[in-house]
Amino acid sequence: MIRLIRRPTPSKFWSWTTPILAVVATMIAGGLLFALLGKPPVEAIRTIFWEPLFGDNADYFRGQLLVKAGPLILIASGLAVGFRAGIWNIGAEGQYIMGAICGAGLALAVYPAESPWLFPAMVIAGAIGGFLWGMIPALLKVWFGTNEILVSLMLVYVAQNLLAYMAFGPMKNPQGMGFPGSRNLQQYPSAFNEELIPGTGAHWGVLAALVAVIAIYVLMQRHIMGFRIRVAGEAPRAARFAGVVPARLVVFCLGLSGALAGLAGMFEVSGPSGQITDGFNAGYGFTAIIVAFLGRLHPVGILLAGLLMALTYIGGDMAQMMLNLPSAAIQVFQGMLLFFLLGFDLLTNYRVRLGGARA
Amino acid sequence: MIVGGIDVVTLISMLMVASTPVLLAATGELVAEKSGVLNLGVEGMMIVGAVAGFAAAVTTGSPVLGFAGGALAGAAMAALFALLTQVFLSNQTATGLALTLFGLGLSALVGKPFEGVRPPPTGKVPFGPLSDIPMLGRILFSHDWVVYLSLALVAAVWGMLKYSRAGLILRAVGENHDAAHALGYRVIAVRFAALAFGGALAGLGGAYLSLIRVPQWTEGMTAGAGWIALAIVVFASWRAGRVLIGAYLFGGITALQLQLQAAGYAIPVHLLTMAPYVLTIVVLVVLSALHRHGAQAAPAALGRSFHASN
Amino acid sequence: MTGTLLKIDGLTKAYPGVVANDGVGFSVAPGEVHALLGENGAGKSTLVKMIYGLVKPDAGTMEFRGAPYTPAEPRAARATGVAMVFQHFSLFEALNVAENVALGMENPPPMRDLAARIREISHAYGLPLDPDRLVGDLSAGERQRVEIVRCLLQDPKLLIMDEPTSVLTPQEVEILFRTLRKLSSEGTAILYISHKLEEIRALCDGATILRGGKVVGSCIPRDKTARELAEMMVGGTFAETRRGGRTPGAPVLVVKDLSLPPMSQFGPALKHVDLTLRAGEILGIGGVAGNGQEELLATLSGEVPSADETVILKGEEASHLGPNERRARGLLSAPEERLGHAAVPAMSLTENTLLTGTIRKPLTKKGFIDMGAARAFAEEIIRAFDVRTPGPHVAARALSGGNLQKYVIGREVLQAPDVLIVNQPTWGVDAAAAASIRQALIDLAARGAGVIVISQDLDELMEIADNFCALYEGRLSAPRPVEGLSLDEIGLMLGGAQGMTEAQIEIQPEALA
Repeated sequence: MIRLIRRPTPSKFWSWTTPILAVVATMIAGGLLFALLGKPPVEAIRTIFWEPLFGDNADYFRGQLLVKAGPLILIASGLAVGFRAGIWNIGAEGQYIMGAICGAGLALAVYPAESPWLFPAMVIAGAIGGFLWGMIPALLKVWFGTNEILVSLMLVYVAQNLLAYMAFGPMKNPQGMGFPGSRNLQQYPSAFNEELIPGTGAHWGVLAALVAVIAIYVLMQRHIMGFRIRVAGEAPRAARFAGVVPARLVVFCLGLSGALAGLAGMFEVSGPSGQITDGFNAGYGFTAIIVAFLGRLHPVGILLAGLLMALTYIGGDMAQMMLNLPSAAIQVFQGMLLFFLLGFDLLTNYRVRLGGARA
Repeated sequence: MIVGGIDVVTLISMLMVASTPVLLAATGELVAEKSGVLNLGVEGMMIVGAVAGFAAAVTTGSPVLGFAGGALAGAAMAALFALLTQVFLSNQTATGLALTLFGLGLSALVGKPFEGVRPPPTGKVPFGPLSDIPMLGRILFSHDWVVYLSLALVAAVWGMLKYSRAGLILRAVGENHDAAHALGYRVIAVRFAALAFGGALAGLGGAYLSLIRVPQWTEGMTAGAGWIALAIVVFASWRAGRVLIGAYLFGGITALQLQLQAAGYAIPVHLLTMAPYVLTIVVLVVLSALHRHGAQAAPAALGRSFHASN
Repeated sequence: MTGTLLKIDGLTKAYPGVVANDGVGFSVAPGEVHALLGENGAGKSTLVKMIYGLVKPDAGTMEFRGAPYTPAEPRAARATGVAMVFQHFSLFEALNVAENVALGMENPPPMRDLAARIREISHAYGLPLDPDRLVGDLSAGERQRVEIVRCLLQDPKLLIMDEPTSVLTPQEVEILFRTLRKLSSEGTAILYISHKLEEIRALCDGATILRGGKVVGSCIPRDKTARELAEMMVGGTFAETRRGGRTPGAPVLVVKDLSLPPMSQFGPALKHVDLTLRAGEILGIGGVAGNGQEELLATLSGEVPSADETVILKGEEASHLGPNERRARGLLSAPEERLGHAAVPAMSLTENTLLTGTIRKPLTKKGFIDMGAARAFAEEIIRAFDVRTPGPHVAARALSGGNLQKYVIGREVLQAPDVLIVNQPTWGVDAAAAASIRQALIDLAARGAGVIVISQDLDELMEIADNFCALYEGRLSAPRPVEGLSLDEIGLMLGGAQGMTEAQIEIQPEALA
């Protein structure tokens, strides 16, 4: 019989070891999955994890790494703050879309005027777009006690439809020869979110992600506000006893994560993606949830997890090209990673004993 | 009967079909939540049910086997969730999300070869002269067997929860798992069973989408139906009868929005497609506002992990 | 009383790091009321859980009516004729009385028959119950009746009662004892777990005393004094608290006509509470749990704001202030629930100082946490209050109840409050820790602070308080000096006899609403 014994004090060792264990277990299970699909397992894993970093075309792919990791880290670090407090914003995908719509909307509204102030204004517009979209579940929860999980999620579908409406309607490129989608902001110098250092993939959004990681690290680990957020998630009554006003916490967490997701969307639409299209959102808002958990809701962990997850995206693309691996396989792979992580998490809080009497 | 360019009888008849997937999923989730477990993975279980049901039906040529396959696949997903949350004591919210993300990926992977394939058709139940009754015949007696099965399941769940010993034990476990354990009930076994039932119904709902409602397999075809099922359970204040009302209300809006599109109203299609989601939010808000100061109907142990301390 | 009903021999159960029961043996005769006496942590709970089939012993044997008895689960125990009334954790608030009873039975009759039987049996034993009422709406005493009736319907041979009187008023205790004596005279044996010595002397025929998981003695309680029993239980003599002379000064906290709606579905409302606390005074608030104790603490600590001009702190209006603003003005508090309210279970003792200590202690600089200062404060608490722990890095949940409670009280006391409000300061705490906590509260008052002690333990309040009020269904009685107050008078206050007519008049409009 296997018995679980609660550890008196959560294990620091396991808290950092479990993500690594989970990655290893996912590689093994993923290899089995690829073998089932008739692909060479070792080669597939190698293609995903090794080729983008050290393979023949690594120079190009390393740049792609930051492009993909930037939004993931930016969104996940905001989500992690809320998750720590037990406030579940799972609608980051919607906030990401709204940030993009607002940021791009501003640029398209003033097109073709050139101004050094345009890009900063777009940054603010993007943040506000995500913030306001996050405020909807926040205020509904504060005023009426409505469940924020369901509302924020429903708003993803609303935002997706709004995005499609924009791409086919108001924001459609008048010179686009009837194709859906907006003007390409990459060809609008004042609005273009350019690479800061050519070839690295590092655009303003990547820098913003780094700043967010540092700021949230300071907030959560060093500041009393972060401490209270952590208390709210661990023991809500103790948080109220410590003077936390739950309503303010809800507004703060959903507002912050919404604004960061909005920023990510704005940087994406003005940079790598360039235009508002129907399928502009690539699921970063959902993958960021995996990133947040894989990084143990800790900013530094999220930084690493974001890079790893970006690697699986790029590696997945390569595996698709080189081994004809279906693109959905990588989604399964990411889902498995989260499962293994959640399962192994047990080791942090419980000791596992084999044998002995049944309790 | 035509109102504003829309045939009301067709609308109501469509509504029953449009509601069936979420009705099935919500009824299953109701049972799971009554046992005290919040499974946010309904969307994932539904989509896996949709692809598994589709694959089974196409491969065997039998829609019935397809539905069985969908239910089995949904239950298997739920068992995975149960293993993680009940045995490995993982966070229920996070695990539910993981189940959804995993399910979306898995279904896309499995479903690739089935894109563009037509499933074997499911016939309507022959009611004979009953279906010729004006209006009522088309509304009530013109559907496939799964529609009637879903109604029967709602009734069965209602009766089970209210009158049976099993229902009483289920509610007890969901109210206070420590007390249930102290009385000698097997909390984890009860929750495993409830989750598996919930998963089977979600899978059935998914299979209904791919085999009858659409009917074909497309990636991500549940489009939030699982989440709406979760919202309906909240809307229903954890009562089986109200799950039916909630599901049909939602189905009604979906059917209406499709009819409005068909009737050629000058509303952009994307704004119409938004309607069910917006409505779900509105309903949730109205309901939580009403319940703010009243009795809370949620099972008291909902979402809490159970670990027998000794 | 002939023969042996239950015979236990060499029963042993070990958990990691602790031997809960070590070779425990005793026997109970049919119809005997047998006491299991011991401090918190002596192993009483583990022992009865083994008898009830919830825990499987590592070694040892049990015999029931001469046959080997090894219940694999409570179902088996019930089938053999063993029933148990739990201290807490075995009722379902959202279910009605009949459903709660049915859940504790193997083969319950149809609901309608069961309801009739509940009415019948509960009246026969003087414990009237309405089978259709929700358990959440019942008082603590009534809830216990549900548990007892559930057991009685199964015609048990042995009834285990775990701390049954801790939630009862003195009058309710009398009713319970009458029921138990009637059962005993009908031949049902009762295994009675308690640490209340006078009750055991009044009720029990025999007693087994446990300490540190071992049987340290047995006796006939009637032949011993309470003090002798206590010394057997604790294993030595213990110091009495030094009360010291105190002279109450000016009012530091005044509560005027404070009302509060229920905080939870089945919680009580506070109704027109008035009180005045003076500097140097200890005000004891007695009452059975669930009559508004938590609500009173929450609203006085600032967790739940109240209407204007209802809470006056040191002469200034404080009704709208949050917990930290009240702390800044000198009002501190310690809630009943240690894990999850007064402390965060998974956080270290150092981190737990930050919960309440940042306002009055320099633990932060401009909002940034000074971990060194927090650790130093945690170490100061550990030293001053003799908290047994490997160090301040240990998580709160790793401490025993008594040690964590000392830590929580110490954290507040060392912040030198002008007003301290504590709820159930010694609940579930061993005798030595309880004595030191009481002494700390007395010393704090002697230094000029006003202290409110909310407690179910009347002996405790009699020991340390200057004045006594009773909290009943959200109403607070007028204070009475503790000196010269008899137990009967207290009982009447606790049962709400005072101001009852007033209550009845006011209940009606609420019932209509």
